[in-house]
Amino acid sequence: MSDITIKIKDREGVVHELQAPTDMAMNIMELCKAYELPVEGTCGGMAMCASCQCYILSDHELPEKQDAEEDMLDQAFYVEDNSRLGCQLAITEELDGLEIELAPESEV
Amino acid sequence: MIKTDILIIGAGPVGMFAVFEAGLLKLHCHLIDALAQPGGQCSEIYPKKPIYDIPAYPEVLAGDLIDNLAEQIKPFEPGYTLGERAQTIEKLEDGTFKVVTNKGTEHYAPTVFIAGGLGSFEPRKPPIKELVDFEDKGVEYIIRDPELYRDKRVVISGGGDSALDWSIFLSDVASEVSLVHRRNEFRGALDSVEKVAELSKSGKINLITDAEVKGINGDGKVESVMIKHKTEGEIIKECDHFIPLFGLSPKLGPIADWGLEIEKNAIVVNNALDYSTNIPGIFAIGDVNTYPGKLKLILCGFHEATIAVQFAYNIINPGKRYVMKYTTVNGVEGFDGEKKEAKKAVVKSM
Repeated sequence: MSDITIKIKDREGVVHELQAPTDMAMNIMELCKAYELPVEGTCGGMAMCASCQCYILSDHELPEKQDAEEDMLDQAFYVEDNSRLGCQLAITEELDGLEIELAPESEV
Repeated sequence: MIKTDILIIGAGPVGMFAVFEAGLLKLHCHLIDALAQPGGQCSEIYPKKPIYDIPAYPEVLAGDLIDNLAEQIKPFEPGYTLGERAQTIEKLEDGTFKVVTNKGTEHYAPTVFIAGGLGSFEPRKPPIKELVDFEDKGVEYIIRDPELYRDKRVVISGGGDSALDWSIFLSDVASEVSLVHRRNEFRGALDSVEKVAELSKSGKINLITDAEVKGINGDGKVESVMIKHKTEGEIIKECDHFIPLFGLSPKLGPIADWGLEIEKNAIVVNNALDYSTNIPGIFAIGDVNTYPGKLKLILCGFHEATIAVQFAYNIINPGKRYVMKYTTVNGVEGFDGEKKEAKKAVVKSM
C-alpha cells in the first residue's frame, strides 16, 4: 500500500496537496484534521454534523452516499450537487488525485 | 436554591463519573444539563452506537454506558437540574460561585466543573443575513406553542422529520403552511413523507422544493421571505412566521463569555496539574477542554475528572489531609447509607 495524493482547497482558496495513507483506515475529514486544515469534525465522523462538508471538484467515481450522509446533507447549509461529507469518504487508492474544496462553515 | 460541593455543568459521561470520584472523597455534586436527560451526546445522539475503547468493555452501547454510570453514581445521590442551560456565573465575596440557568435556577458551590462536551445543543441556523434581526419577531427555531400560529401564514424550511411533522401539524392550525426544501426528496419517516405529499395534493400544504429561503423582509416583524428556486429564480412569499428546522448543533454558548481562556472553541486548562482553568475554582474536564496533546475520548475525560476532583477537595476542605483510597480496600460508602465492599476473607496465607 502506498500513499495517494489529494488536493484540498481551503476556505481562503489555498490549495493543499496532501499525501494520504491508504492503510490507516482514514477518511477525508480525518486527513484534513491530521494536516490541521480548519475542519472541525464535531461529531467525530458519524455523519451527524456536516462540519466536514466539501465539494468534489475532480471527476473521480466515488462510493454512493449512504442514508446517514444523505440525511445530514439534507439538514446542512451551502449544499451543492457535488457536496459530500468528508467523514464518509474513505481514503482508498481509487481516490488518488482527488480534488476537493472545503464548504463554508455553516455557523459563525 | 441549590448548594453543593462541586457544581458540574454538563451531565455527559465525564460529568457523571466526576460524581463517583467526588463521592469517594465525601464531596457532593449537582449536575446541570441543557438536555432533558443525563448522558449528553451518548444519550441524545448515539445511544445505540457501540463504543469499543472503554477499558474492560470490549463493546458497550453508548446508552448502556450511561445507564451503568447512573447506577455507579447513584449511592452518591447527585442532584440534577435538567433541561436548563447554565447561563451566568458570579464569584461571591466568600469565594462561592453562583451559577444561574436560563430558567433562573440558582446554584451555589465552592468549585465548578465544566464538563460541557461540545457545548449545549442549539438549533442550527441557516445562513440568512437578516435571520438574527427577526428572531422572536416571526422567526422561531423551536415550536413551543402551536397556538401562536393559529390563522397565521407560516413558512417552514428543512427536509427532516421535524420539518415534515410540524408542517403536517400546523396545516390544521395555520391559515397557510408552506414547506420549503432544497431537494424534491424528503428523508423523514415514510408515513410523514406520504402525509405531506397527500396534504400538498389537497392544497393544505404549499410544497416548494428545489428551493431555499435566502432572505427575510419586514418592518420590525416578518412580512415575507425570499425563496430562491433552482429554475424559477426568486420568489417572494408573504408570511407571518418563518420557522427554519435544521436540527441541533452543539454550541459552547454562554460559557464562552465567562472570562475563561478559550482556544478553538475549547477551554484551556492546566493539564500538567489539575485541569484547572484560568479562574481558580473552575475546572474543565472532558471534550470541552484543551491542552497540548488533548484527545477527545471518554476514557481521557474519566482520568481528567479523577485528577480534578482531588484538587477540588483541597479548595473545599483547605488544610484538611487525606489520601486517595482504593475501592478494592475500602469499598464504596454511599451518602444513602449503603456500603459496598468485598467480603473479608483470607484468600491465601503468605
